[in-house]
Amino acid sequence: MSSKQNTSIFNRKILFKAAIDSVIKLNPALLIKNPVIFIVAIGSLLTTIMVLAGIFQGNFSPFNLQIAVWLWFTVLFANFSEAIAEGRGKAQADSLRKNRTQTKALKLVGKQQVPVWANDLKKGDIVICETGDIIPSDGEVIEGIASVDESAITGESAPVIRESGGDRSAVTGGTKVISDRIIIRITSEPGNTFIDRMIALVEGAKRQKTPNEIALSILLSGLSMIFLLTVVTLPAFFGYSLSASGFPGSHNLTIPVLIALLVCLIPTTIGGLLSAIGISGMDRLLQRNVIATSGRAIEAAGDVDVLLLDKTGTITLGNRMATDFIPAEGVTVEELADAAQISSLSDETPEGRSIVVLAKEKFNIRGRDVHHLNASFIPFSAQSRMSGVDIRDSDGKVHQIRKGSSDAIRTFVQNNNGFYPQNIKDIVSGLSRQGATPLVVAEDNKVLGVVHLKDIVKGGIKQRFAELRKMGIKTVMITGDNTLTAAAIAAEAGVDDFMAEAKPEDKLRRIREEQANGHLVGMIGDGTNDAPALAQADIGIAMNSGTQAAREAGNMVDLDSNPTKLIEVVKVGKQLLMTRGALTTFSIANDVAKYFAIIPAIALSLYSGKNGVGPLSALNVMHLGSPQSAIMSAVIFNAIIIILLVPLALKGVRYRPVSAKSALTRNLLVFGVGGILAPFIGIKLIDLIINL
Amino acid sequence: MTTQDIIQVILFFSLLIGLTPVLGNYMYKVFTGNKHVMLPVFGWLEKLTYRFTGVNPDGETNWKSYTFGLLIFNLTGFVFVFLIQLLQVFLPLNPAHLPNVSWHSAFNTAVSFTTNTNWQGYSGETTLGYFVQMIGLTVQNFVSAATGIAVLLALIRGISRKTTEKLGNFWTDLTRSILYVLLPLSILLSVILVSQGVIQNFKPYETIKTLQGATQVIPMGPAASQIAIKQLGTNGGGFFNTNSAHPFENPTPFSNLIEMLAILLIPSSLTYTYGKMVGSTRQGWAVFSAMFILLIAGLVISLYAEYSANPIFRHLPRMEGKETRFGITNSILWSTSTTAASNGSVNAMHDSLSPLAGMVAMLNIMLGEVIFGGVGAGLYGMVIFIILTVFIAGLMVGRTPEYLGKKIEAFEVQMAIIAVLVPNFVILLFSAWASVINPGLSGLNNSGPHGFSEILYAYSSAAGNNGSAFAGLNANTLFYNVTLGIGMLLGRFGVIIPVMAIAGNMAGKKITPLSAGTFRTDNGLFISLLVGVILIVGGLTHFPALSLGPIVEHLLMNGGITF
Repeated sequence: MSSKQNTSIFNRKILFKAAIDSVIKLNPALLIKNPVIFIVAIGSLLTTIMVLAGIFQGNFSPFNLQIAVWLWFTVLFANFSEAIAEGRGKAQADSLRKNRTQTKALKLVGKQQVPVWANDLKKGDIVICETGDIIPSDGEVIEGIASVDESAITGESAPVIRESGGDRSAVTGGTKVISDRIIIRITSEPGNTFIDRMIALVEGAKRQKTPNEIALSILLSGLSMIFLLTVVTLPAFFGYSLSASGFPGSHNLTIPVLIALLVCLIPTTIGGLLSAIGISGMDRLLQRNVIATSGRAIEAAGDVDVLLLDKTGTITLGNRMATDFIPAEGVTVEELADAAQISSLSDETPEGRSIVVLAKEKFNIRGRDVHHLNASFIPFSAQSRMSGVDIRDSDGKVHQIRKGSSDAIRTFVQNNNGFYPQNIKDIVSGLSRQGATPLVVAEDNKVLGVVHLKDIVKGGIKQRFAELRKMGIKTVMITGDNTLTAAAIAAEAGVDDFMAEAKPEDKLRRIREEQANGHLVGMIGDGTNDAPALAQADIGIAMNSGTQAAREAGNMVDLDSNPTKLIEVVKVGKQLLMTRGALTTFSIANDVAKYFAIIPAIALSLYSGKNGVGPLSALNVMHLGSPQSAIMSAVIFNAIIIILLVPLALKGVRYRPVSAKSALTRNLLVFGVGGILAPFIGIKLIDLIINL
Repeated sequence: MTTQDIIQVILFFSLLIGLTPVLGNYMYKVFTGNKHVMLPVFGWLEKLTYRFTGVNPDGETNWKSYTFGLLIFNLTGFVFVFLIQLLQVFLPLNPAHLPNVSWHSAFNTAVSFTTNTNWQGYSGETTLGYFVQMIGLTVQNFVSAATGIAVLLALIRGISRKTTEKLGNFWTDLTRSILYVLLPLSILLSVILVSQGVIQNFKPYETIKTLQGATQVIPMGPAASQIAIKQLGTNGGGFFNTNSAHPFENPTPFSNLIEMLAILLIPSSLTYTYGKMVGSTRQGWAVFSAMFILLIAGLVISLYAEYSANPIFRHLPRMEGKETRFGITNSILWSTSTTAASNGSVNAMHDSLSPLAGMVAMLNIMLGEVIFGGVGAGLYGMVIFIILTVFIAGLMVGRTPEYLGKKIEAFEVQMAIIAVLVPNFVILLFSAWASVINPGLSGLNNSGPHGFSEILYAYSSAAGNNGSAFAGLNANTLFYNVTLGIGMLLGRFGVIIPVMAIAGNMAGKKITPLSAGTFRTDNGLFISLLVGVILIVGGLTHFPALSLGPIVEHLLMNGGITF
């Protein structure tokens, strides 16, 4: 997917489309979904009707016309903000759609292969895909192994391996097999595949209001009701004041002025931007190559306060590295290094390679050709739990060099009538305590020493955990290692807690415990055995490379299959909520200035003596030019502030990993105090321009 | 202001702050069923009450049953008070032979006393006999205050308990509030007041000859007992029409201080009880601080307005409508406290306050009666604002807003909005109605913006269950009795029902543990936010109306025009 190339907010094509959409969105059936803006639309309509009625009656009011025009702009601007957010999603959906071509598939019926259209495949059907085929639908590999090009959905050009069994069995419709042959069981109904759902989500077609969005909408509607009360009762109060100051009742407030006041007071800014904020949250996740199955999931991400993180891949680099050689008594360190290197020459595991590299770096022992040494490689096996080489020397005698776990080597040495020394046992337990993995090296019946294999904690991970802690998020490391090892790594990485010797069901139990204590838990996983935990967690991110079961269980999918993504997701969730809160505060704070513009304007003449300027003109603290320009300025400010804040709504407020208190203080200063001051300046400026 | 005035103000607030944790801690023990000092004294009475009424004191109920019990209880009280007024001539203890009360006045008074408002459309000493005053009104003074406490207790349990639907037992809460809190304090206060010269008798009104030789009827009656509870229970309905300005109700400066203290004592102490019950006294003090800041702000503005020179009177003190025995400072301290606390008793006439001081009194009520507010009612009203504050500001820390570990979601917001909307609906719509129709306008004593303020004040007082008035309004008419009565009902139960719903919903939720990512609600930042939200919501709602009433009146007065 092209999401990695950051779609610019002001892409001309999107802008144009959004402008058209904002008119289409005037459809009352769509408008009513947003009560605040719906009120504005009704007000605009009423004002327009009054302008037209005025024209027919021969007393055309340019002032009312201007109000009507700006009220319509307020509605259009709100629609525009939503349209532009949707437009960005649509652009991404279009690029997805291009890859979903009409494909044919070979369906297995009994032993026969029947060509069918991909769209006709049902859940449970079995298909065969060979080199060059597009995988017709989502499924699970049940036989074979193949490399698959998934760039259509991940944007990553390097092919990935998909094989039956294990944790890499899921394939996605629309991706391409580039070598070998696999048999796939289809796991989704037509029209409901992963790509279909992605398209629907990014287009916002199925977008439902999230719980927090609903709560906020209720608040905004409630505030609108209160202001509606304030405005509808005003003519009565005003009428009383008119007659008390000796004016005829016909001087009472006109409906367009009342509508203008109402629109200025109800929270149109946040009301207009609310859905844009929600859509752009989804969009920002997508830019990080994460797909959420619902907006609710993104919100929950902001609330997560416990993260379960797998040690391997998230906290440590996937592999252990050799960092030291510790010889047995009577063995030189060079001898040990040499033997260890020889035993690892053909060992393609990362651990094996790191031993070769370490020997070379430390003792300048160069890698040699295995065949040249007359050696044959003995690969690692689950039974022996060792690997190594057999070397035939010039005498024709075979020397067995082995490396492996302490237990395995002891058995090996003792079987060769050797002796397993005490100091090796001490070294091994010492290393274990530090969280390292000891690898014992032996030649025939003699133990040569121990290779210190260490888990390498990812660079910068400690700072990220510190950031999380500041944000009030607890990190729990999950590992299959023993407690000693786990504790050492946990300390090095700076996680808050760890679970050692954890089995998949332990994860599930831990999540339930945390949830019972009121925590919201996030986790990332890939395997089928992670699926229950992914489903139980409040945020379950499945890696795209994982199994179909895992992808179904989680509520987000990480296309990059990068375990540290969880941290990013939490940030996006928090940023989304912050943006809503900030703009709500801003919107409400704005009202103060609008009162100081409109109230003195409408009440200018009340209780006035001969000069026509009443005492309430003292409230005109902005010294606005005329009552009419004051009302116009407030209405215009109210409209254009929506447009001005669209970029902020789409990008989200600036987010930094700080404590709740400092985040609140900053946002309050910017959006609360700023929200009170900004309209005073804005309305004054507009008034100056109008009165030029 | 003289040094003596300042010392009095400081003394008053020191006593208030000092007594808050003492009484608060005692109430905590009472309401959580712990041992306390009054148990040996009234414990037998509590048991007897339960045996007599068949209440199982440990039988806890969900929010619906709790609310249902509360509504039935209040309805019964209303019907009783309504009927005894209509049938007054047939009842004993009516030595002045006062006639039956009109149905609309009886309706208004019955609503008024069951809703803890104590708006008095009638004149006490010329309308109601001792039986109605004691068996009707004084009883309601106790039970309406206890009802407020019961609602608060249910709300606190909703907040502090987790994953349950049990909110306690309304009858137990009611009984304990009366027996252990309101009754002992009232007895204590009555004794103090009697020692200061407040009357307490069942004599018929006395007719005496004045020095000039004219005859005057001096009303008598069991005043001290009713005054004690009217102050403590934030009721405010005086035994005499002039309320605590009357020398038989409030004879000395000491009685004045004690009566003022009694206005704020229980609402203030309940903040401490609240803190204890939710498990953090800091939370209680935070709520107290927000209330206190608003109270002091109002007091400072009022004092400034009263002491600053009125250009018309030059620099003469503004003593119109004030008792010379108390002077300006004590009158303003009382007017600020009584409007902040939803009490409504007065020792000076609010109608005669300077425009800005009158506005503060009105605004104290319009903000929702949450500045200490009514007994129980002020604090549960404050929790409504806390919910709104937490919701708006809590989002800005990037989490679903939560208060004391409870997530604030759509349902809570919806109910909180209803609780804010209903009283404002009463104030604005009824005031608008009254200011355009003849029955509304004919009750006015004054013209111009002041007349408008009288209307606005009356409906604010009804909606906020305050009960005080800009007395210039003649409200004992069919129109005002009925509309104000409806306003009081809506203002009371239109808040109680949503609050109970919130309590019920919150009780079922889990409690999210505290962390660095939690939005704190016990620090200065939150207190100022809460104050800001209360002022902004109340201010934005009422700014237009206030600007056409007291604000324009103030500006006109500075220009030399009064009404």
